[in-house]
Amino acid sequence: MSRYLIGRVGQALLVLWGAYSIAYAILYLLPADTLAIMLSASGLEIDSLPEEEIARARAYYGLDRSFLEQYFDLLWGALQGDLGQSLTQNRPVAELLAERLPQTLSLAGLAILLSLAGGIGLAYLTAYVRWQPLKAALARLPSLGFSIPVFWMGLLLIQVFAFGLGWFPATGNAGFESLVLPAVTLAIPSAAVYAQVLQRGFQCVWREPYIVTAYAKGLSHGQVQARHAFKNAALPLLTLIGLQVGNTVSGAVLVETIFTRSGVGRLVQEAVLRQDIPVVLAVVAVSAAAFVAVNLIVDLLYPTLDPRIAHMPEVSQP
Amino acid sequence: MSERQPLVEVSGLAVSYRFAGQLVQAVRDVSLSVGAGEILAIVGESGSGKTTLANAILGLLPDNARVVSGRLLVAGQDIGRAPERLGRQLRGSVVGLVPQDPMVSLNPTLRIGRQIAEALIRARGSRYPGLDAEVVALLEQVGLDKPLLRARQYPHELSGGMRQRVLIAIALAGDPRLIVADEPTSALDVTVQRRILDHLERLVKERGISLLIITHDLGVAADRADRVLVMKDGELVEQGPPQHILVAPRQDYTRALIAAAPAFGNRPRPAAPPPAGEVPLLALEDVGKHYRLPRLKGEASSLRALDGVGLEVHRGQTLAIVGESGSGKSTILRIALGLEKPDRGRVLFDGEDVTGFGWRQFRPLRRRMQLVQQNPFAALDPRFSIFDSIVEPLVSFGLAKGRELEVAARRLIDRVRLPTAYLDRLPRELSGGQRQRVAIARALALQPDLLLLDEPVSALDVSVQAQILDLLDELQHELGVAYVLVSHDLAVVGSIAHRVLVLNKGRVVEQGPTGQVFERPASDYTRELLDAIPGRRLAKAS
Repeated sequence: MSRYLIGRVGQALLVLWGAYSIAYAILYLLPADTLAIMLSASGLEIDSLPEEEIARARAYYGLDRSFLEQYFDLLWGALQGDLGQSLTQNRPVAELLAERLPQTLSLAGLAILLSLAGGIGLAYLTAYVRWQPLKAALARLPSLGFSIPVFWMGLLLIQVFAFGLGWFPATGNAGFESLVLPAVTLAIPSAAVYAQVLQRGFQCVWREPYIVTAYAKGLSHGQVQARHAFKNAALPLLTLIGLQVGNTVSGAVLVETIFTRSGVGRLVQEAVLRQDIPVVLAVVAVSAAAFVAVNLIVDLLYPTLDPRIAHMPEVSQP
Repeated sequence: MSERQPLVEVSGLAVSYRFAGQLVQAVRDVSLSVGAGEILAIVGESGSGKTTLANAILGLLPDNARVVSGRLLVAGQDIGRAPERLGRQLRGSVVGLVPQDPMVSLNPTLRIGRQIAEALIRARGSRYPGLDAEVVALLEQVGLDKPLLRARQYPHELSGGMRQRVLIAIALAGDPRLIVADEPTSALDVTVQRRILDHLERLVKERGISLLIITHDLGVAADRADRVLVMKDGELVEQGPPQHILVAPRQDYTRALIAAAPAFGNRPRPAAPPPAGEVPLLALEDVGKHYRLPRLKGEASSLRALDGVGLEVHRGQTLAIVGESGSGKSTILRIALGLEKPDRGRVLFDGEDVTGFGWRQFRPLRRRMQLVQQNPFAALDPRFSIFDSIVEPLVSFGLAKGRELEVAARRLIDRVRLPTAYLDRLPRELSGGQRQRVAIARALALQPDLLLLDEPVSALDVSVQAQILDLLDELQHELGVAYVLVSHDLAVVGSIAHRVLVLNKGRVVEQGPTGQVFERPASDYTRELLDAIPGRRLAKAS
């Protein structure tokens, strides 16, 4: 078991390093001059400066060094916990992250909770209901959920709950109320996917012979669903949750823009536009770390939920 | 029997299924009664409505099924059209179920103990203090060793026979007055099957529980039942004590079932084989095979699958390999097919040593040696039409195309006695026996010299088994193909094999001509296998 764990952590680190390196390579290859972008951010045109000054500025920011030199410099810094200096905002990246990260974490955390509750609740209800017309209607809801574009759903919610009913603020990041609408917007597509997969899981499990065994013991529909069907139907969901966490990060970019919240999503959007390599790399590293960590937890949880999976070598026996 | 108060009374029962707007009658005008302490067997082929009848008695008909007419009294209450609540009260406490396939009938994510406790809680209430003790006691009663350990294990850690015992414990937990056993052991080895049925019979008799056995095998029914009911197309065609039914069947259908049951059927022994040639077609010489096991404390590090196995198959002859699960039968097939390399010994095909052959060297030999698998329901690609499945070997060896393929497919499907129109169908439109015919046609496509048949009939009804065995026999006469027939059931091979090899724990315990092995078995193990054949008990007595 411990050997398995060490292996998995090693893999996770490898994924992190890969994400970091690929992000760096892509940003470096973009056909724009970082210095020109930096200067224009502070109101200067690069053409208006003399050659020597530009060369000095490049040397100062380390932009005159080669692709690999800059890469190793950044990587070495990141390994020591120093994420470098933002090129456009003149502040340490760590400070920026510390300021923005809590906003996004609370948004993503609430969204994940809402999507799990909504998705699992809907699928559970669909499986429990036995009146066919209602069952059919509930079974169609998930496809509606993820066919609605996120930005449109966000605007719709603002229109109804902020402008119409006035229950929640439309924008900003003050307090819990401002978190509700963005979190709901972000949760809907994930919830729809969970509901769809779990509904399918229930459909398959209801046909399993052990369900008949359970009924034959004299258990009621509700008891059979809770004790025998749910856990078996929910197993595929676990993998999905790991993958959906990645989607939540990219969804945050969109949702934070719609609701004008200052979180990591907005930060990375601006940083990409201005080619602020250290900031983008830091955000990539943080979100990759979150993704890898969640998937590691999912993999470790699997054997406790499904006893048939054990992290041991397979027996090679026909 | 008249003084017994009937526990189940069915009169004029009719059940229909609704499929795509159409009503299909599964059970028609069936009347029967089960007395207290009586053992009743319902015998019929797949599709005869016997399982529907069992589900109706349990109040577990699927949503698309409906009781159209008739009465269904269980312990004096009509559950035919009663609300679900009533059925629930009877299930577990009055009627218990031992389901068909033990491998899939236990919840894979719950411990054994929990699954039994659940049934006990229904019977005794959730605060029953002796819960754990009674779970262990039940496990002991159904004949499981180390009951404390078993209660903590998950279903996948137990063998099929052990799981069936757990399912019997679950059925007993509610202290029912009737147990419905739906094909309780057809998925198990014959020896295990016999031990479990013996055990179930004893438990039921000790407690005065009635037992309703649903089976396709008249042998199983005749051995144990006080009364046998024969079902055909949803109707009850015959009933009576097993001796009467066996000696003086009134229906052709019953006669066919009797003929199909290996123990009573006087199926002829195979005709004398063609003279054996100088060189055997397939020969294994002193073959040994070990599998490495994961390292666990206190357990052996490797498993001996085969030990010093030698066998010969001659052209046009049939060799049967018989043994229980884990005896190494499948390993022999895998080694013969070159899918597995033996650790020791040699494999000779037509006089040529093929032991060390690689994949490329082996490929030409695959045209001469084909495999038919155990489960016809899984052996055909569900998206391939029958035509695609049959001609696939020809296509993959590039032997024919276009018109030629069609001609070949027609010839092959004709060989296995299926109508040509079936070529356009998909596997799911065919029955198990028909699918197995398709699998045989596919194996014959390359005109091989040798067919390896891995339990070719164990997933089928006994009557269909007999048809497939007859077909194999015919094909051997027409084509002169040799068979290696692997089976856990000695009865299956009696009518078709020229020689029998009995395998136990990777060793050959007996080998010889079929008649000799059946009439004068040399080892205790073979005798045990022979005794396990369902129907022997009655056949011996009469």
